[in-house]
Amino acid sequence: MKEAAIPSGAAAAIPAAAPATGSMLRHARYVMAENPVTGVAFGLFVVIAVAALLGPYVVPYDPLASEVADKLQAPSLAHWFGTDQLGRDIFSRVVAATRLDFLIAITSVVLVLAGGGLAGIAAGYFGGWTDRIVSRLADTIMAFPLFVLAMGIVAALGNTVTNIVIATAIINFPLYARVARAEANVRRDAGFVQAARLSGNGEFRILLTQILPNIMPIMMVQISLTMGYAILNAAGLSFIGLGVRPPTPEWGIMVAEGAANIISGEWWIALFPGAALMLAVFCFNLLGDGLRDLVDPQRRT
Amino acid sequence: MLTVIPTLVGVVIVTFLLTRVLPGDPAIYFAGPAATPQSIAEIRKTLGLDRPLLAQFVRYVDDLAHGDLGSSLSTGQPVVTEIASRLPASAELTLFALVISMSVAVPLGIVAAVRQGSWIDHICRVVATAGVSLPVFFTGLLLVYVFYFLLGWAPAPIGRLDVFFSAPTDRTGFYLIDGLIDLDFETTWAALKQLVLPALTLGIFSLAPIARMTRASMLALLGSDFVRTARASGLDNRTVIITYAFRNAMLPVITTLGMVFSFLLGANVLVEKVFAWPGIGSYAVEALIASDFAPVQGFVLTMAILYVALNLAIDLLYGVIDPRVRLEG
Repeated sequence: MKEAAIPSGAAAAIPAAAPATGSMLRHARYVMAENPVTGVAFGLFVVIAVAALLGPYVVPYDPLASEVADKLQAPSLAHWFGTDQLGRDIFSRVVAATRLDFLIAITSVVLVLAGGGLAGIAAGYFGGWTDRIVSRLADTIMAFPLFVLAMGIVAALGNTVTNIVIATAIINFPLYARVARAEANVRRDAGFVQAARLSGNGEFRILLTQILPNIMPIMMVQISLTMGYAILNAAGLSFIGLGVRPPTPEWGIMVAEGAANIISGEWWIALFPGAALMLAVFCFNLLGDGLRDLVDPQRRT
Repeated sequence: MLTVIPTLVGVVIVTFLLTRVLPGDPAIYFAGPAATPQSIAEIRKTLGLDRPLLAQFVRYVDDLAHGDLGSSLSTGQPVVTEIASRLPASAELTLFALVISMSVAVPLGIVAAVRQGSWIDHICRVVATAGVSLPVFFTGLLLVYVFYFLLGWAPAPIGRLDVFFSAPTDRTGFYLIDGLIDLDFETTWAALKQLVLPALTLGIFSLAPIARMTRASMLALLGSDFVRTARASGLDNRTVIITYAFRNAMLPVITTLGMVFSFLLGANVLVEKVFAWPGIGSYAVEALIASDFAPVQGFVLTMAILYVALNLAIDLLYGVIDPRVRLEG
């Protein structure tokens, strides 16, 4: 199975070559047609991306402006998702929050891709001590319940959004390091690597120009699979009061603000941000599964 | 067995580093706002912060070995006693949730695999995908809204027991068991009612990976040679599925439990916050909000040790179920 994965990964890694791009597109269309859910997920992703980019400019109300006279109103035509206990428009807040949640998830994923991915490649390629150190580090992180470790890290580094990003990146480190390590390891004596070595390339050069581009497709799948988890994790941390502070609109903290009102029946305050969160995570999970089918048909479930 | 020791060493080092590599000076922090330079220096000395990092680490390990996790700033109580008194609440919740999710997920996964492509299989797939996408605190709130506010079946989410009841005599710390030992069925029933919703929330959360794994491993086994042979030998369907496939299929499921516990222990914190459950999770959250450091650190360490212990238990269980593992070990 591992050996079969190499040509598919290698083909996907050369987007510049025209025939490869064509077959990739055809394959993408085939996967989409076979599994329409991936198409839906992609559409959802576009909606989320647009909301993150343009959200704050197109919402009907200022997400921070409170209108005490209109507090705790049920969803209506004027306020699609109702208003919260301070009379703020929940629809505007949910849309505006997309940017922050998205940003936290993206930054942490990019961070861990750089850190965990590179460490994993080095471990898989060089083996020996590098491998032992990276693997030991990954094992130690995995020895903690991950959310609990994230709480500890945010508590230690300080209660800020930046540290939520760092904590999320750290708890995802083992996932990235392990995948990158395994993928780099099977390629370390592949034909194209030996060819590069024989042409006089240094080890680091081979790592960056031969191995790294070849495992990028698999790392992309890993990214979309962990994006959902990163969003959930960040929202969970802000739900318990870490990182994001009120009145900043963020899905986790908005659910927390609505929690007290659930008992008295004002369901809309918590429901809409919670549903947005759920949809975003759902979207990334489906997208991840779809991407995996695209990049590595061998591993289809 | 031997792999546990380096893991524990790693856990202790990480928790140590989490406190000592703080930006800012813990001594100033512990001294409070009205501190003079002398009192800060004094605190630094008592905390051992003026000594090299290695010496601090030795002292930390020594304290740990004596069961000393420091004291909480806000309550003044030793962290160990507080965590010990709150641990049963969390354990009861988590175990009950695990029982619920196992008893739903395993049969669901089996039926989904046996009747592949049927509506049960589709339900299983939807549950598996939705389960991992649902924020656990959100599920909890939805359940509260439906079962408390709309239907009125569940009691208000205010902890382990309604204020009208007094806790049963403390024997195991599990209200359900203690209540039954006391033969106090009314209290047991009240405790059960409080427990159901939070446990269900956690259960739904852990349902997905278990169901998914059961289905996948059952599918792999149902297509295997020995199952085909068993069928060809004329054994009835029931025997083939239960004795041949199921027993072997449980092995990867038990391995998955390790990961499920990682999720459960983390999700526990969120669920405890939603339901005002007086466990160690909500203790840590309160301390976090109050910037009270020792309890958080004690909590992280306790959870990590629990998790390592659970994984060890899973490994041992694996050996009991699969004799081949024992031979290799």
